[in-house]
This record gives sequence, structure tokens and C-alpha cells, in this order.
Amino acid sequence: MTLTIWINLIYLLAAVAFIVALKGLSSPKQARNGNLLAAAAAVVAVGATFFNPEAHFSHHTTNLILAIVAMVLGAAIAVPVARMVKMTAMPQLVAIFNGVGGGAAALISIVVFLSDANLHSLGAPKPATYAIVEGMLGLLIGCVSFSGSAIAFIKLQELITGRPITYPGQQVINGLVGVAIVGLAVATVLTDSVALMVATAVLSLVLGIIFVLPIGGADVPVLISLLNSFTGLAVAASGFTLNNNLLIIAGTLVGASGILLTRMMSKAMGRSLSNVLFSAFGSVVTAGGGADGAGETRQVKSGTPEDIGVLLAYAQKVVIIPGYGLAVAQAQHTARELADLLMERGVEVFYAIHPVAGRMPGHMNVLLAEANVPYDELKEMDEANPEMGTADVALVVGANDTVNPAAKNTPGSPIYGMPIINADEAANVIFLKRSMRPGFAGIDNDLLFDDKTTLLFGDAKDTLSKLVKAVEDA
Amino acid sequence: MSNTTGILEFLTIFVLAVFVGNEVVARVPSILHTPLMSGSNAIHGIVLVGAMIVMGTASGTVQMVLGFLAVLLATLNIVGGFTVTDRMLEMFKAKPGENQGRAKAKGADAEGGAK
Repeated sequence: MTLTIWINLIYLLAAVAFIVALKGLSSPKQARNGNLLAAAAAVVAVGATFFNPEAHFSHHTTNLILAIVAMVLGAAIAVPVARMVKMTAMPQLVAIFNGVGGGAAALISIVVFLSDANLHSLGAPKPATYAIVEGMLGLLIGCVSFSGSAIAFIKLQELITGRPITYPGQQVINGLVGVAIVGLAVATVLTDSVALMVATAVLSLVLGIIFVLPIGGADVPVLISLLNSFTGLAVAASGFTLNNNLLIIAGTLVGASGILLTRMMSKAMGRSLSNVLFSAFGSVVTAGGGADGAGETRQVKSGTPEDIGVLLAYAQKVVIIPGYGLAVAQAQHTARELADLLMERGVEVFYAIHPVAGRMPGHMNVLLAEANVPYDELKEMDEANPEMGTADVALVVGANDTVNPAAKNTPGSPIYGMPIINADEAANVIFLKRSMRPGFAGIDNDLLFDDKTTLLFGDAKDTLSKLVKAVEDA
Repeated sequence: MSNTTGILEFLTIFVLAVFVGNEVVARVPSILHTPLMSGSNAIHGIVLVGAMIVMGTASGTVQMVLGFLAVLLATLNIVGGFTVTDRMLEMFKAKPGENQGRAKAKGADAEGGAK
């Protein structure tokens, strides 16, 4: 009994540490300490669980050994993967670590269900209805999060197209699957049948897949945030099933904060969450594909690195607008080199960061921080926009949709209403692009065809190095 | 009866945690959204505690295999989650000695700001 009390006190401390850690993550200075605190708390809580009488490890040596083997194996896989994956692949990594968490929560529900059913067949009373309901919630949400995250990973890794995958009657079919899951779950609760429980799990996995398929690549980060929140709720449900306060508090914290974060992210894209999830964004665009045809007849102006180098070197104020293209080319260091060089020549330079530049909010800040770009050179969109009118050059590196004036000027455009960086207000606009391929949103950018716009095609790192050389020679 | 009080206590904790969760992230600057998402992803990895409890009580091959998988997946979540978040946040710290070019460009002022 006393041991139980001690262990629950440790769990309580861990829960407090998690809250403090989340708070810490809201300030750049405290963030790292916050994360380390949460990790330390997790280690202590996991350590204490070996002695938790509810786990019965002292009586079940085989189970203890298996648990340790699973943990060692998991850590041996997770650490190298987390350490070695490129920063640009961070979103899919978060997706996969999130998915496995949901999977674990679902498995907990399944094992508890099987164990209860087994005890029931041996003459123990049927578990309380609310207990089965809790278990089914953990199973359902966990399964959706697991398969949904897996598809999000596959999309971001570009193993399948990032474009929305749609088919006729999609929303009706998804709705029917949802209804069928609820029906099966209720039937499972009423009958306590293992077969129905398994059917619910399978159908929930299917729902996770078909829920994610119609969501376009650009919206997947919002989706990951939502699935992260789902996993939190699944973990909270596991906490209810196992009567464990730590899981309830930690899971609920993540669930609640995740929903809020998801809404902040969709807001940054100028859209509502339901619009992100159910509108099949890109398919609308393909339907209005007339713009593509019009694009071919229009002329773009492409320049040489030397011309652009001179333009940059003799400018007063240059704004660098980085996008995902900079990230995939790993060009953040070269961008900083160019910025430093220009600053040495007395040019005023800053980076204008769109909230969803890169593939997750804040992703671009992480990448630029990696290249040691100091905070004071990074300006958030709201801070940067009033200055765009006085800029001589807007240097757009691998960004497209986040500077597309259609968001302001074309009410019919799918991105209409999305806040953008006003690159079009600068005296000159330079696009460093790999090709004329449209951005994630799949729509043409009128700014590319503007008279004051010059394009420089190529890999961002390559073109930036050429510009560095051109500025040196200028 | 005692069971009903139990579930009510857990519900109370749940509802309070919802408010805390909302309150805690309400003022996060957008540059920290990605680390925050990653950090909270690591925190729900504490499902490992639940997976361990289930593994400890599992009996029979099916439960053992599923319990083993639960512990494995939860470990991936918690270890990978914290490691990746730490790696992200590590980058927000300017490394001393690597800003010399910048010091020339912007003077001692900027150098101080970068630290």
C-alpha cells in the first residue's frame, strides 16, 4: 500500500513536470530546459513503474524481461533515427513518432479488453460499462491516429503523391465508415465480443487512412498537429482504463494544447480547420486548371547570377523570403553567407518568415537557427510586411504560395484570404526556383510574370552560391 | 459506489487538465510551434507507463505479443520524441565562435545579441 502511494506521488511529480515543461516550451530561453525536464520526469516515472504493484513485475519475470527487451529495442531504433534524420524531414519524423504512440494506446485497450474477457469467462463479473467505453475510445482514437500518421508520413516522404486523393462520394463514404465504427463500438460494449472489438479496430484503421488521403501535402502539418492531439486523447483514455492519473493528465494536456495549436496553425494559413480537413484543397485547384493554359502563353523574365548580384550589391534594403525550396536544398547556410556578405557592404538585410514557411509553423526558424542566423534578423510576417514597400529587392528563395498576390487580389483563388508576405510591394522581386512548377497549393503565381520580377532557375543552394560569387565580384 | 466515485475523480482531473493544457500554450510564439508540437508529442509518449503495466499483467501468447508491441511502440514515441525535440531546440542556441564573420559585419552589438 505504501509503495503504491509513493509511486503515485512520483507520477504526480512527473505530471507537474510535464506542465512546467510545456510552459517552458513557450519561451526560446526556457524551451530546451523544459524539454529536458520533461524527459527527466518521464525517465523517473518509467523507472518507478517497474516497482508499481499494478504491473506485477515482481511475480512475472518473463513479462519483466520482455518489457525490458522491448524498451531497449525501441530506444536502439529511436535514438539513431531521431539523431540522424535531416532537419527538413522533421515533420514526417514527428508524424511517425506520434503514430506509434497512438498505436501503443490502442494496443493497451486491446490487451485490457482481452484480459477482462478472459477473466469474465473464468467467472469474474463483467467489467463496468463505462470501463469498456473508455477502452473502446482509446482503441478507436489510437487506431485512427496510428494509420492517419502513417499516411501523413508516406505523403510527406513523397512515397505517394502529396496531392489530395479524392474519389466521388468520398465524404459520404467516410461518414458511413464513421457511423459503422460507432455502431460496432456500441455493439462491442453491449456484447463484450472480441470479434466485434477487432472489427472496430480494423475499421478505425481504415477511417484513419481515408480521413487523411484527401488532405493535400501543404495541409499535412496541420493534420499532424491534429493527430498529435488525438494521440494525447487516446493516451488519456488509456489512463481512464488503467486508472492512472499520470496518463490522464499528460494525455489531456497534449490533447487540449494540440487542438489549440492546430487552430493557430490553420489560422496562420487563413483558413478554418474544417476547411483544411474537408475541402480537399488541391482538387478544387486542379478543377480550375484553366490558369495553367494561360500561364504557358505568358513570358517570364529570367536573369543571370551576375545581373542579380549587381542588383543585390547596390541595393539599400534586401528582404530574403525563404520557403520550402531553401529547406530541401539545405541552402540555409549559403543564404546566411549571402546575407552576411551584403551586410558587410552596408546593405540592410532581414529575413521575412511566413508563419507556415517550410512545412510546419516555425520550421523555417529552426532551419535558419541551425545556420546560426540571429533572432534579430528574422522578422515575422506582420513585422516584415510594413517594410516591404521600402525594400529594393525581395529575394524569394524557394517560396511560392506564401508570396502569391492572388491571396489578396483574386477572390476566386483557393488561397484567397491566406495572409502572405507582400513581396509584390518591393521595387524588384527575384525568385530563385527550381522550375516553373507551382507550389503546394498547385496554382499559378502572377508575381512570376510581373515586369519587376526576375527568375533564376536552379537548385537554391547552387544559385545562392552563384549569387555570393557575383556579389563578391560586383 | 466506490467505482463511481473513482470515475468521477478521474473525470475531474481530466476536465482540469483540459483547462491547464489550453492555458499553458496560449502564449507560445509561432517560432516555437514546431518544437512545441514535437515536445508535446514526446510527452504523450508517457503512454509507455501504461504499456508497461499492461505488459506486466499480460498472460497468454496473444496478450504477451500485443503487450510487447505496445511497450516497443511507446518507447519509440517517448525516446524518439524527446531526442528530436532536443535536437530542434539545440539549434536555437547560438554557438560561440561561429559568429565571427557576423561580428565584423554588424559590430559587437549584434554579436552580443546572438548569444
